[in-house]
Amino acid sequence: MKSVVDRAATGKARWEREVLEPTLKKSPERKGPFTTISGRPIERLYTAEDTAAIDYDREVANPGEFPYVRGIHPSGYRGKLWTMRQFAGFGTPEETNQRYKDLIAAGGTGLSVAFDLPTLMGRDPDHPLSLGEVGKCGVSIVSLKDMERLFDGIPLDDPKITTSMTINSPASMIFAMYLVVAEQHGADWKKISGTIQNDILKEFIAQKEYIFPPRQSMRLITDVFAFCAKEVPKWNTISVSGYHIREAGSTSLQELAFTLRDGLEYVQYGVDAGLDVDDFVPRLSFFFNSHSDFFEEIAKYRAARKLWAEAMKNRFGAKNPRSWQLRFHTQTAGVSLTAQQPYNNVVRTALQALAAVLGGTNSLHTNSLDEALALPTRETATIALRTQQIIAHESGVTNVVDPLGGSYFIERLTREMEEGALQYWDTIDRMGGMVEAIERGYPQKEIAEASYQFQQAVERREKTIVGVNDFVQTDEKPIEILYIDDTTADRQLERLADLKRTRDNDKVRGTLDALKAGAKGRDNTMPLLLDCVRAYATVGEMCDALREVWGEYEEVPII
Amino acid sequence: MSQKIRVVIAKPGLDGHDRGAKVIARALRDAGMEVIYTGLRQTPEQIVSAALQEDADVIGLSILSGAHMHICPRVMELLKEKGLDDVQVVIGGIIPDIDIPKLNAMGIKGIFIPGTPMQQIIDFITANVRARV
Repeated sequence: MKSVVDRAATGKARWEREVLEPTLKKSPERKGPFTTISGRPIERLYTAEDTAAIDYDREVANPGEFPYVRGIHPSGYRGKLWTMRQFAGFGTPEETNQRYKDLIAAGGTGLSVAFDLPTLMGRDPDHPLSLGEVGKCGVSIVSLKDMERLFDGIPLDDPKITTSMTINSPASMIFAMYLVVAEQHGADWKKISGTIQNDILKEFIAQKEYIFPPRQSMRLITDVFAFCAKEVPKWNTISVSGYHIREAGSTSLQELAFTLRDGLEYVQYGVDAGLDVDDFVPRLSFFFNSHSDFFEEIAKYRAARKLWAEAMKNRFGAKNPRSWQLRFHTQTAGVSLTAQQPYNNVVRTALQALAAVLGGTNSLHTNSLDEALALPTRETATIALRTQQIIAHESGVTNVVDPLGGSYFIERLTREMEEGALQYWDTIDRMGGMVEAIERGYPQKEIAEASYQFQQAVERREKTIVGVNDFVQTDEKPIEILYIDDTTADRQLERLADLKRTRDNDKVRGTLDALKAGAKGRDNTMPLLLDCVRAYATVGEMCDALREVWGEYEEVPII
Repeated sequence: MSQKIRVVIAKPGLDGHDRGAKVIARALRDAGMEVIYTGLRQTPEQIVSAALQEDADVIGLSILSGAHMHICPRVMELLKEKGLDDVQVVIGGIIPDIDIPKLNAMGIKGIFIPGTPMQQIIDFITANVRARV
């Protein structure tokens, strides 16, 4: 083997001397810097020399084989295409329900619920902090009644259309509502599938939609793991998310390292709560960003599969191959899209979506061109979905599994991403774990620094953003956007008052008291929450009950 | 050598997306201003009280959730009540075009949408506050 390396090295050295240098003398390279969007230096050329140290069978392997660098399915997208799952939600449950029906009619193959900020933060529409926020960033869900409206006419027992719900602090409350609606539709909990995001660690790190302190929040999550292992075995109990970490300004490597380290933390807490690894790890899923640096993103996904497989096998002793196989959803990078010349965003999104597909994503959301301006209109949401359909059905990239496998550059970059992530893991392990690292503000500081460095590079025009710091156009005409007025808030407030008049309030109080008692002790909170939900307790009431027992988290801001 | 411009950067409402608020806080500090970042989920009352205590020349609001047409009028009203009319309020975030004239009419002249160069914000604040300091 060594002789091959030497030949390659000699070959590259000779090429540099005899071919490259004379050319550079005549026409020098552009100024650069030749770095990824995350600031990683990239060589001019990669050759066999760069991959010679990689043992293909052991460290890469064919698709469907450990450690799954080339994918978890032996046949890639020749079997099943990725799920085209468009994140949507705004206004009242009825308006969002209509958007879901439109998306399904347009060929969408999964649903993904966006909730408004009061719902995400466990506040009812009549709370002072909900002022101006009801139905704005997503759909307003107050009680089981709203969940019934949201899924009206959408069969929850249909295995072909699954639903993902982006909800974190109040994840178990919203999940309980979903389960009761599924029951009403006649669905069997043992058969239904879907996903709740339920990832609180990245909220502390990046998106900041936390309510309870870290350890109590982790308890809610392990309660869901335990409940689902018995009652809803096909449900994806968590979607460990790097998306928001990246949107907060992290590098690609930080996204990879922190997200997977969060995953390890959840597994550790599950094991500590007495669960068997192979009983709950197969239902853990992941969620990554797809940003603009094409190859770095592809390398990130390939490295993620390997890191996870090896950690599950070696660190946790998982024996079920499903525990080793990292499944992930991807969303193109909202943060990369611009308010200026918004039609350019279609092109950015298409490239980012292609990177996700070449990285083997299992499910994908493509952002709409008006992302930097508002929630998408029906038209822009459709173009976003069509972008995926064009990649799937016209580009030909789905004919072959992991088409970039074996590329000197991609394999080398995959290896670099893996090594960089392992270094971050070491640092976090030395702090005692991810919860401890968060309490110290470590990942928060790393991200804030990366975010500022990138912004500075943009300011210095070392990094170009078309239409923003170069190729600027001054005669732009505004595009039509979705404007959400205050009728949603009025309607939801009316409904809340009506609900409090008509439901059995003694029963509500009883179930909330039982929840508080359970939260003080060690009972699994899921059955208690199901009781609250069936009595039509609101999201705000359930969260307030837990706030009373556990308190609220407050962060020390890090600039 | 003139006195430093004092800026309170605040995140009102329920939204936690603070990349922009933090990046601008740091950029203004690097530009020689005194920056106080309030952290997340501040009510208009808390923001105005911070401006009063910190003797702020400028309040920078970061709002991406669409709640600006509720939050901004309240902040402006409270500033007037406290006799802080001369505090310059600027806003950054996702602001639809149709709201801009309404915000201008309230007295908010610095409105910065995604992609605004930091230098433009620094220049705006410097130009509009210099007269007072």
